[in-house]
Amino acid sequence: MAFIPHTSADVQEMLAAIGVSSIEQLFEEIPKELRARAMRGVPSQLNEMEIGRLMSERARMDGRPLCFIGAGAYEHHIPSAVWALTTRGEFYSAYTPYQAEASQGTLQLIYEYQTMMASLTGMEVSNASLYDGASAVAEASLMAVRANRKSKSQRILIPATVHPHYRKVARAAASNQGVRFEEVPYCTQQGASLAAALSRYEGQDVTALVIQQPNFFGILEDVDALTDWAHAHGALVIAVVNPTALAVLKPPGQWGKRGADIAVGEGQPLGVPLSSGGPYFGFLTTRMEYVRQMPGRIVGRTLDVTGRPGFTLTLQAREQHIRRAKATSNICTNQGLLVTAATIYMSLMGAAGLERVAAASHARTRELVSALTRIAGVRLAFEGAYFHEAVLSLDKPVAPLLAALASRGILGGLDLSEHYPELEGALLVCATETKTSEDIELYAGALTEAMSGLATRGLATRARPATAA
Amino acid sequence: MHSREKVIFEYSRPGRGATDQWPHEEGSALADLPEGIRRTGRPLLPEVSELDVVRHFTRLSQLNFSIDTHFYPLGSCTMKYNPKACNQYAMLPEFLGRHPLAPESHGQGFLACLYELQEMLREVTGMQGVALSPMAGAHGEFAGVAMIRAYHRSRGDLARNEIIVPEAAHGTNPATATMCGCVVREIPVDAQGDVDLEALRAAVGPQTAGIMLTNPSTLGVFERRIEEVARIVHAAGGLLYYDGANLNAILGKVRPGDMGFDVMHMNLHKTFSTPHGGGGPGAGAVGVGARLLPFLPIPLVGKSASPEGERYRWLAEQDLPQSIGRLSGFMGNAGVLLRAYIYMRMLGREGMSQVGEYATLNANYLLARLRQVGFEAAYPERRASHEFIITVKRQARELGVTAMDFAKRLLDQGFHAPTTYFPLLVPECLLIEPTETESRQTLDAFVAAMEQILSEAMQEPEHVTGAPHTMPVRRLDDVRAAKQLDLTWKPTAQS
Amino acid sequence: MSNVPADLRYTKSHEWLRTLPDGNVEVGITDHAQEALGDLVFVEVPEAGRTLKAGESCAVVESVKAASDVYAPIACTVIGGNPQLASEPEAINKDPYGSGWLMRIRPGSPAEVAALLSAAEYTSFLAAEGE
Repeated sequence: MAFIPHTSADVQEMLAAIGVSSIEQLFEEIPKELRARAMRGVPSQLNEMEIGRLMSERARMDGRPLCFIGAGAYEHHIPSAVWALTTRGEFYSAYTPYQAEASQGTLQLIYEYQTMMASLTGMEVSNASLYDGASAVAEASLMAVRANRKSKSQRILIPATVHPHYRKVARAAASNQGVRFEEVPYCTQQGASLAAALSRYEGQDVTALVIQQPNFFGILEDVDALTDWAHAHGALVIAVVNPTALAVLKPPGQWGKRGADIAVGEGQPLGVPLSSGGPYFGFLTTRMEYVRQMPGRIVGRTLDVTGRPGFTLTLQAREQHIRRAKATSNICTNQGLLVTAATIYMSLMGAAGLERVAAASHARTRELVSALTRIAGVRLAFEGAYFHEAVLSLDKPVAPLLAALASRGILGGLDLSEHYPELEGALLVCATETKTSEDIELYAGALTEAMSGLATRGLATRARPATAA
Repeated sequence: MHSREKVIFEYSRPGRGATDQWPHEEGSALADLPEGIRRTGRPLLPEVSELDVVRHFTRLSQLNFSIDTHFYPLGSCTMKYNPKACNQYAMLPEFLGRHPLAPESHGQGFLACLYELQEMLREVTGMQGVALSPMAGAHGEFAGVAMIRAYHRSRGDLARNEIIVPEAAHGTNPATATMCGCVVREIPVDAQGDVDLEALRAAVGPQTAGIMLTNPSTLGVFERRIEEVARIVHAAGGLLYYDGANLNAILGKVRPGDMGFDVMHMNLHKTFSTPHGGGGPGAGAVGVGARLLPFLPIPLVGKSASPEGERYRWLAEQDLPQSIGRLSGFMGNAGVLLRAYIYMRMLGREGMSQVGEYATLNANYLLARLRQVGFEAAYPERRASHEFIITVKRQARELGVTAMDFAKRLLDQGFHAPTTYFPLLVPECLLIEPTETESRQTLDAFVAAMEQILSEAMQEPEHVTGAPHTMPVRRLDDVRAAKQLDLTWKPTAQS
Repeated sequence: MSNVPADLRYTKSHEWLRTLPDGNVEVGITDHAQEALGDLVFVEVPEAGRTLKAGESCAVVESVKAASDVYAPIACTVIGGNPQLASEPEAINKDPYGSGWLMRIRPGSPAEVAALLSAAEYTSFLAAEGE
């Protein structure tokens, strides 16, 4: 009964204490004509055994296919300790640490998380996390508008090589405040942003440049040149990075001569299961000089009245419950539970372990690319160096191939035709450390068969150059 | 409770690691990466064993209060029991392992749950359509106000950019309006906690985009003239936004759609009992009336008939060309949605109205008992909803013991503190929300603790103002925290 | 009762103004305002050279529990903010009418300063507000 513990004796005594004769009487202030009828659209209740059976059936329908899709969500090994600890009730069923004395566990954990993320990204400070990587890009864009006081244009350059969903989310979130996003085209040969394309913005007011490393295609951008261009033109740099890659790639804080100004990304690779897209968490780190422009919660270390160290939420005057209409964001929470998982994951991995995850994922993707490009009609789409994810170019239509693979329990990658129609037959693939050589051979074998059963796509042309939107 | 746990970095020893968790590959596998983009120095992550990690984070967890360990009557937050089944069955390996971009053929089970969740939420709120992707209450608010704006714009009604909020509103309401490019206009509430209708009539006009209301309000009372409020705002051409923070109070009893609201968000982590996780993840599903259906954020889950039976599919831009767009990278906090689905199925139609009934019973009982032992209700003439406000302004004035002091002393007694100093309208207030899942015996124990603190406040007030005494730390210096910012651990200074 | 020096001018949003010998004006927040805010932890002052309209938000004072905008009391040009406040925001709590000054401005019209509240008027405004 709805997890309600009351006995009928309790109810009678409680009603007597209130001085009413029925529960119904407690709703007397609500106008009669508004009272709800029986909720026929809600099915009858299930007990735990019944819901368990139903959910197991539903889960079975989804199966456990062999997955070679990346595109912003990556299947990494998650050590057993991560979720065994994260789902402890003391983490799982606590709330935002408003009462610091009763929340030192959560607060200290966030402080440790902030330390790890700041160091991983090569920045000075981190917040306690945002909803996900996409919303972090949106928040970083709004933050850049606040932080770059010299710029009045609210114009943000966002290359077409940034995750297409991130670009959409940033637009949906920030355009209501007058922020404009302009797309920077990419080189269809290299798969990287075109530094030359930035020349059309010479002499113009640009608020910020977004740079994703590795980019959506897995290609490594020339982050130093792009960062220096932005800074030379009065724009801030928003780095969008993959935390696994940061174990081995130059951190945003060291990009170019001055380093990026804000670093954000999707935290999911750090111990968070794929889980159909969430809950994940977005991270956001920056320079100390912009700390008051940051959105979201921040934890600081301080002393208690006896001089002992302790942790508390700080810089709260930026936030909605104090600043109301003038807050840096309307965000209240962070993704605390996912930050818990990520902090435990990073502790178990350490720098050396994370480096191995990066190395293994990259090695498996190279192995996958090498196995698949041995198939006639399959080649790498771009010449640029990539990290742990790559775009293949197929001379057959991608959608039916993926459907054929899926029917054999293999998710062969992401068809790029929706987001990049100019790239014909493009397939984004990824293998992480979770894939074995046997898995890769299985995929290659299945793809060979599927391709031989399909007519060749019109003409295996070189992709046309993309144009700016 | 033990008092302190070292920072994880203090356990670190060079060369130690949880190596059983690491892949075999060495850095040599990265030889093909260009030199200039490689990382040169290692990040500051701890070098610790798996057992170090397990002990450290277990000890940290033990420094927390949580629903699983303590009564947590935090007003406005609905800290009710999070059933274990919701966690277990949302974490089946197939659900956890499902890639967000996996094809619909490998997601019919997951999509069926989401579709049915949309349908159930529609039914309990009286709305015409529901979108599940917003990831928190504030995110849902954003979606709602963005839809209101999109609606007016689609009609060429470009001047409507003012959002009205009562002065006692949650801070997110005005912050959201600003994020949507709107201007905020605050209106007062009367002495009984209802919206001041005269002020509302004076505030509405051709510039009104809409009004954001919580009902029951943040003052813990039902807005009795809600139908009149709706008439005034609608007549002026504005829309009504329902802040679902207090939906638990009326679940199964009144539906926002029937009250005249055009758009709302639901805090699934409150009303539908998904875990708060130390401050998230939540889920802020939005519901809309017919006028706003075309503007819902994507993706939605749709259902169609096919030769093999019913098929569930994603609805995106091509299905909703007027949508306010995409608000999350993939599908919001999908795992949270599954937990809410399981909870709703376990409640069923029979349990749904019991939630509102017993939440209200518990709140009114607790209020009656607290008044009995000497506490002052902020709105003594009113029926409490699922929460209520007491004010200790008399104790603050006469004894120098404030709401904050009561809150801190409660921690010593093993109770999480209620919400303090919100709403700002009521001085020295405690906003108390017991929820329906607490037993009468727990409520009685809380009353006894409050009664004891009250007598301490009279006999030895410094014991209360110096609280807490038994927690891992005493009161913390917030001024120092904000002035001498220490936001990351630094090895040289403190190791 | 908070301190309201007799020789200054005041606004209803709790700023004070002192006309300096050179005709420029020093602006700060009143003793009452600093007390209401509590221990200040951060102050943001306007950049030199900025022109402000009367009532325009131009500075922010922040404590751990509140943040408040400071408004330009009159139309003016900013000569400079108090550089000491960046490292010592508590100067406003300790000495709101002295070392805790916020900014120096060049008034558009000196007559506007004279038109603001006198100490006596501000004191009765505070008394009325407190009721």
